[in-house]
Amino acid sequence: MVADAIKVGLEPLSSNPAVVAEGIIKQFGRFAALRGVTGEFASGKLYVIVGDNGAGKTTLLRTIAGLAQPTRGTISVLGTEDLRGIRAHIGYMAHPSLLYDEMSAMENLRYFAGLYGVEVARCREVISSVNLNPDLERPAGQYSQGMRQRLSLARALLNDPKLLLLDEPFSNVDSRSAHVMAVLLGQLRDQRKTILVVTHQPGILESAANEFVSMEAGRITARTPTLQAAHL
Amino acid sequence: MKRGITILAIVTALLLSYALYGALIGAPTERTMGDVQRIFYYHVPSAWTAFLLFLINFVASIIYLIRRSTKADILALVSAEVGVVFCTVVLVTGPIWARPVWGIWWAAGDIRLTTTLVLWVIYVSYLVLRRLSTSGQTPKIAAVLAVFGALDVPLVYFSIWFFRTQHPSPVIGAGGSLDPRMGQVLLINWAAFLCLAWLVCWTRYRLEVAQRHVEEANALESLLEGSR
Amino acid sequence: MRLYAITRATLEKDIRLEWRSKDAINAMLFFALLVVVIFSFAFDPTAEESRRIAGGLVWVAFLFAAVVALNQTWARELRNQVLDAYRVSPAPANPLFLAKALGNFIFVSALEALMTPLFIVFFKLRAIGQGWELVPIALLGTWALVVNGTFFAAISLRTRSREIMLPLLLFPISVPALIAMVNATTAVLTGEYSARVWTALLLAYDVVFTVACLFLFETVLEAE
Repeated sequence: MVADAIKVGLEPLSSNPAVVAEGIIKQFGRFAALRGVTGEFASGKLYVIVGDNGAGKTTLLRTIAGLAQPTRGTISVLGTEDLRGIRAHIGYMAHPSLLYDEMSAMENLRYFAGLYGVEVARCREVISSVNLNPDLERPAGQYSQGMRQRLSLARALLNDPKLLLLDEPFSNVDSRSAHVMAVLLGQLRDQRKTILVVTHQPGILESAANEFVSMEAGRITARTPTLQAAHL
Repeated sequence: MKRGITILAIVTALLLSYALYGALIGAPTERTMGDVQRIFYYHVPSAWTAFLLFLINFVASIIYLIRRSTKADILALVSAEVGVVFCTVVLVTGPIWARPVWGIWWAAGDIRLTTTLVLWVIYVSYLVLRRLSTSGQTPKIAAVLAVFGALDVPLVYFSIWFFRTQHPSPVIGAGGSLDPRMGQVLLINWAAFLCLAWLVCWTRYRLEVAQRHVEEANALESLLEGSR
Repeated sequence: MRLYAITRATLEKDIRLEWRSKDAINAMLFFALLVVVIFSFAFDPTAEESRRIAGGLVWVAFLFAAVVALNQTWARELRNQVLDAYRVSPAPANPLFLAKALGNFIFVSALEALMTPLFIVFFKLRAIGQGWELVPIALLGTWALVVNGTFFAAISLRTRSREIMLPLLLFPISVPALIAMVNATTAVLTGEYSARVWTALLLAYDVVFTVACLFLFETVLEAE
């Protein structure tokens, strides 16, 4: 099944899994962040990844995003092992904001839109979708944490990605911003996007999530459909 | 493997002894410079050996960039280290020779000496990069730097050569024809230095391979630990 | 076409951001000035001697000012890990490099433009040869420093002691270019010989290393 997934080329609304990981090991010198991650993430579902600090959640997300190379093992994203080719279909949001502090929301997004070949109108659309004001001239560095995370999410959505990778989107965020983002994520999942969210606050996505994935010490230890079942 | 190194070590020791005899006693004394000139038998072969080692570093780095071969990476590291040592010999013997004979410690126009100095500086910076890199892909970055260094060498050579045509200055090493007996001793010394370089590189290579095995074993151990 | 668009967008963004945080610019301009002042105290040649050594003095001063500017090349991309946002996008690596190199080129040229009149005044400089020949020398020489400087600044991102790593890598590789720059400048100032071969060498150096940088930048950018 894994081999089939790898052989298949890039397909639009695929019934094939969005991410297939096979024995991923990632070592930084002596430290092993990932110790053999194996599993599939199906298309069109919202996964919440939980675990203690140091469990390897961020490393896993970065590996899927193509920012980190596995030391061993294979990873196939959107049907291909060539992660560079599918960058146009990935949205990535990290713990740092990935935004220029000195530019306004529109200035930031206009620049990134240029990198993806996306029209400027889309920038306004995406900023509005996270309940931010596109015409706000205030530099992003002066935003509250909630606003900044929402803008960061907007940036990740610019290219209308098939696969959305979010690392701690709700950290230090006020409950209203968190709610806005959670609702939006549910809507995006309903549009058949695949979403992987790493968070310490899985409760926010309790109703929207399809599956909760627990990680511990660099491995996936449990996968459950509900929060209670994951003993959280 | 081990027998090969032993044989090489013996051959090297023999060659070095013979070369030493040739340099200090066997070769005729140079007419104008006297016995000081004998340092020439160390200065010149060291330079040739260093340049050869840097060439090896360049080729190994290219192979690494194309094939990601660990052996190529280790060879690049080893040849750079040993090359720097031989470069240092050139840079030390040069002024020692120059001072009594030409009255100066250094000649900016001397192409061999100045090129060696620049090469020394480039490859020391290469070794510093390897030491200070925090990347998981240090061999790749180091190989890139090695390519830059190698591209630089002909430009360095030409710039110094052209400088010399505009600013003539004493050249350490003398022109004129070489007495065939001196030529012979020179070549024997070069052969001895090449064997020495080979011996040191080989030993250092094995050491590096062993070190990497240890690191891999440690990494594997921490990988298999269930908890941290 | 997209390569050009991305290069231009990145360059415009950098210029805009540099302009907004004027403190950094002002500090570097002042530093450039300081270097000239210090040199004027350290060296006090006659007009005749000046012409002979000015080439070296001026380019060493430019080199130090350039290093300070080059160390800042990627600073903004490191804050908030914005560089990851670029890497994760389908945008190719070279437009990013070109934009950064061009931005540095503009900025270092501005520093040189500030320092030159001061040098002329302090060292009573006057070109005996063809003064206009100094323009291509300055342009080619600055590009030589900036193209490799931007590249090595990217390499230094993944090392300890970042600020010292950049000059440590840049100075050795720049030797032939420095020899060429200094000798070409001296040739024009003293009028004693032709700067043509040196200028040609600078051009060759620029071509070789610009190609090398464009070839290998993606490798460096993608290194973790």
